[in-house]
Amino acid sequence: MRTTVSLTLLSFMAALVIGTVVAAFRVGPIPPLRWVGAAYVELVRNTPLAVHFILFYFGLTKVGIRYEAFVTAVIVLSMYTSSFVAETVRSGINAVSSGQAEAARALGLTFPQVLGIVVLPQAFRTVVSPLGSLLSALVRNSAVASVISVLELTEVADRLNTATARPIPVFLGAAAAYISLTLPLGWGIGFVERRVAIKR
Amino acid sequence: MTAVILADALGPRARRRVWIASVVAGVLVAAAIGVAVQRLAARDQFDARLWEPFTEPAVLRFFLTGLANTLKAALVAMGLALVVGAFLALGRLARNAPVRWAAGAWVEFFRAVPLLLLIYFSGLGLPKYGIDLPVFWYLVLALVAYNSTVLAEIFRAGILSLDRGQSEAAFALGLSYWQTMFTVIVPQAVRRMVPAIVSSLVTLLKDTSLGYVITYEELLRRGRLAGEFYGNMLQSLVFVAAFYIVVNFTLSQIARRLELRQRRRYNAGTIDVGGVEDLATVAAESRRA
Repeated sequence: MRTTVSLTLLSFMAALVIGTVVAAFRVGPIPPLRWVGAAYVELVRNTPLAVHFILFYFGLTKVGIRYEAFVTAVIVLSMYTSSFVAETVRSGINAVSSGQAEAARALGLTFPQVLGIVVLPQAFRTVVSPLGSLLSALVRNSAVASVISVLELTEVADRLNTATARPIPVFLGAAAAYISLTLPLGWGIGFVERRVAIKR
Repeated sequence: MTAVILADALGPRARRRVWIASVVAGVLVAAAIGVAVQRLAARDQFDARLWEPFTEPAVLRFFLTGLANTLKAALVAMGLALVVGAFLALGRLARNAPVRWAAGAWVEFFRAVPLLLLIYFSGLGLPKYGIDLPVFWYLVLALVAYNSTVLAEIFRAGILSLDRGQSEAAFALGLSYWQTMFTVIVPQAVRRMVPAIVSSLVTLLKDTSLGYVITYEELLRRGRLAGEFYGNMLQSLVFVAAFYIVVNFTLSQIARRLELRQRRRYNAGTIDVGGVEDLATVAAESRRA
């Protein structure tokens, strides 16, 4: 369970950073970066998570890239989640009224300033709840790390089941553990959203 | 994709700057790709021997039947999940409180539990209780358990998104609860749900790849088997990823088209649903409307 939590938190932080950068690429004025951003999002999010895991863990060894399973899991989960974060943040940016950006430009701010100081802070406030859904999806997605034998909750449940041959108590216990993670998360997100939401 | 106007219409100096930045960025991107290609080439990963198997009809057929199995599981699961999801949504909106609670608990439970855990349970747990089915059905069972809750939420959101006046008017005309539901509410709600349903199909299709852990012969498993057999794991998996990308990209584009058409035609946004990554995006986008 601790592995599940640390996988989730590490990946989510990394995904937020990567996702925001990719979103910035996609709304920025520089065409090659826009293309890179779009290609990244479409390629990454249309491939199943399990394929990412196996490609990274078993496929890339041939080119000499191999990290231990936990590190691989963090990399893969951050990458996968970041593509969704990028889309979410981008739609948040689009939701900020264009007057905001216009006013910022009228004050002579440059593109990075407009985005960083004025638009992004508002964009994040509007997408708190979709980002929250991503976080709880990530809790569940971290289970897929079990395909490369990271000892997280689902993998532990699978092994316990093999050892004890009593599926119902084992899997119910694991399910309860997941619920005990995602339920408080939902409440927390609701709370944050009420605090920061912008009324339009 | 409509870029917001975060930068002014550019003057000559800014245009030059953007141009220079574009060239620099372009060079950097090209360099990154170049390094990757070189690294792959240095390890002989472009060797024809490693890619040749994909031109053999037998190998192609192996992959294509894998894809067919993937699609079969996805479509059967989708069909069943639509039915179960509809019942769950009706349950959650029912006037009978115990029914509402039961449906609510069911949805919350299966939505919070990772799909992989459900697949392990159905594939490795159920046989221990004497339930003996082909692997296909274990996978479909788990997919339905999870996706029916997602669809139930979509249905519920679709129904709740309608103006209350619709059902009030129907009741005022003397229609019964069920008549109101099926002649007034559902036909209108379905239109708003379609894009979200197509998006959830993308998620479902990706999720079938987890069937690989219980040895269902789908695309990913076929890719690994071929990779082991020909010693070209990297190439096989890239090949597999390409299949998924083509299918899912097409579906996403369809969903997007449907949504845009919807907005134009009925001037109504689609619905907000949380819980699935793709749907989080859909939700965020509809918020913009």
